[in-house]
Amino acid sequence: MSLQFVVNKPRGPLGWWILAPILGLSAAVLWWSAQGTHLSITGFIDGLPWIADFISRMLPPNFAFMQKLVKPAVETVQIALWGTLLGIVLALPVCFFAARNLSPYAWVFHGLRQVLNVMRGINEIILALIFVAAVGLGPFAGVLAIALHGAGMLGKFFAEAIEEIDEGPLDALRAAGAGTLQRIVFGVLPQVLPTWIGVVLYRFETNIRVSTVLGMVGAGGIGFELISSMKLFAYEDTAACVIVILVLVLATDLVSSKLRAMIR
Amino acid sequence: MIEIKGLAKSYGEHQALRDVSLSIRPGEFVVVLGPSGAGKSTLLRCINRLIDPTAGNIVVDGTSLSSNRRDLRLLRRNVAMIFQQHNLVKRLSVLKNVLVGRMADLSPILSSLQLFPEADVRIAMHCLEQVAMSHKAKSRADALSGGEQQRVGIARALAQQPKFMLADEPVASLDPKTSRTVLTYLKKSCKESNIAVLCNLHQIDYALEFAERVVGLSAGQIVYDGPPSGVSGDVIRSIYPGLDDPNVLDAAQRLTERRRTAAEAVIAAAAVEERA
Repeated sequence: MSLQFVVNKPRGPLGWWILAPILGLSAAVLWWSAQGTHLSITGFIDGLPWIADFISRMLPPNFAFMQKLVKPAVETVQIALWGTLLGIVLALPVCFFAARNLSPYAWVFHGLRQVLNVMRGINEIILALIFVAAVGLGPFAGVLAIALHGAGMLGKFFAEAIEEIDEGPLDALRAAGAGTLQRIVFGVLPQVLPTWIGVVLYRFETNIRVSTVLGMVGAGGIGFELISSMKLFAYEDTAACVIVILVLVLATDLVSSKLRAMIR
Repeated sequence: MIEIKGLAKSYGEHQALRDVSLSIRPGEFVVVLGPSGAGKSTLLRCINRLIDPTAGNIVVDGTSLSSNRRDLRLLRRNVAMIFQQHNLVKRLSVLKNVLVGRMADLSPILSSLQLFPEADVRIAMHCLEQVAMSHKAKSRADALSGGEQQRVGIARALAQQPKFMLADEPVASLDPKTSRTVLTYLKKSCKESNIAVLCNLHQIDYALEFAERVVGLSAGQIVYDGPPSGVSGDVIRSIYPGLDDPNVLDAAQRLTERRRTAAEAVIAAAAVEERA
């Protein structure tokens, strides 16, 4: 059996030589970043016994502590639930104007996209710190942080789903003399709804994961128990927290992937 | 009556339509014949203002078109459209797709809440009966075959109770048998309600079979306007410049001959009857 190498030569006068600067530059950037982050195999190997030591201190997990974790775990889910819902409420009216094909003016579209970028660009933990300062310690700050960041995410994904619809039915509605509201309800929504539901479920999964750590900055949820147990060197309690978080995250993933399979 | 005078549309350098003048009389079935890119779609879409023309004047039932939004909705109520790709909303039921044809008359709020006056639902069901699709009223639109979807598209247009219907290549993506069924339903239902049809086609044989009047469009200009019996080989060559397929010309020739002899036979029979 003889083999033939079927790959087009890169276009341009350089041919295969174009790869040389690309590879060289990549190698240089990676080496530079390795220096910056003190990347070190020996460091990792030397650290292994300490990781083992840490894990051994976590064992056996303090299952009795889990009783105390029920309330924070429920709170974590509640934060994610309202954070997601308020995110949707904020994103919905914006997304139609942030979609290139529906936006009445180009500057509206570009402007809103930038607003969404800013909302999305700030991490939930940072937003939570700001909201803790504004509304005080507790889960409400977490809800607001997740809602604001989530609105940026959902607004973008909702708008992108709108941009991908088949515009034929919209033409048909226009040709039939339908108004703007009717065009959105009968032409846009039926086409984007499955995608939107998928996006919302995915955001809910993410928000559960985020709200498990919001407690570290005092914004409610199970993260507070996690960080305090570590500060008290009660590693068996930490292990219990980690297990509860894992169960929470896996359960949400399971439920949401089942739900997503049901639509389509 | 639709009267088009000096209609022109250009996209940058490209002139899609140049100086098109045409009038459509009430109730007549006009086929616009022409190759891809001749400007057929542009012509239709200028009439209901899905496209804004560059120049020219279109008068529908005595009112000249403005881009005023209320006037536009009123115009679009009277001028229905059928699309090549059906343009049904796939995830909605057949009935709701037909109700889209009623939208111009319905309250935006109530219809958005999925509440429709019974009278409008009855009109929609009647239109589905006209194209023999009422048994599928509750099916989702994407559960239908291509031909069935286009019949629903016709029902949606009929539901507007329009005076004019613009059909943009309604059978371009259908097989010959289905195409004929769809065109038959289109012609029959429009005749029943005295709706004038302006139908784009690129199939010469269907044009000659269904048209009462043929408008030949080539490179944005009208090169023929007359009865199907007048579509000779020369006419076809002027509509499709560079078409040197003797089979097509032959077939067209034979079809017109047959129609002409058939027409002559009818006239002769009538004459005989008259004499008797």
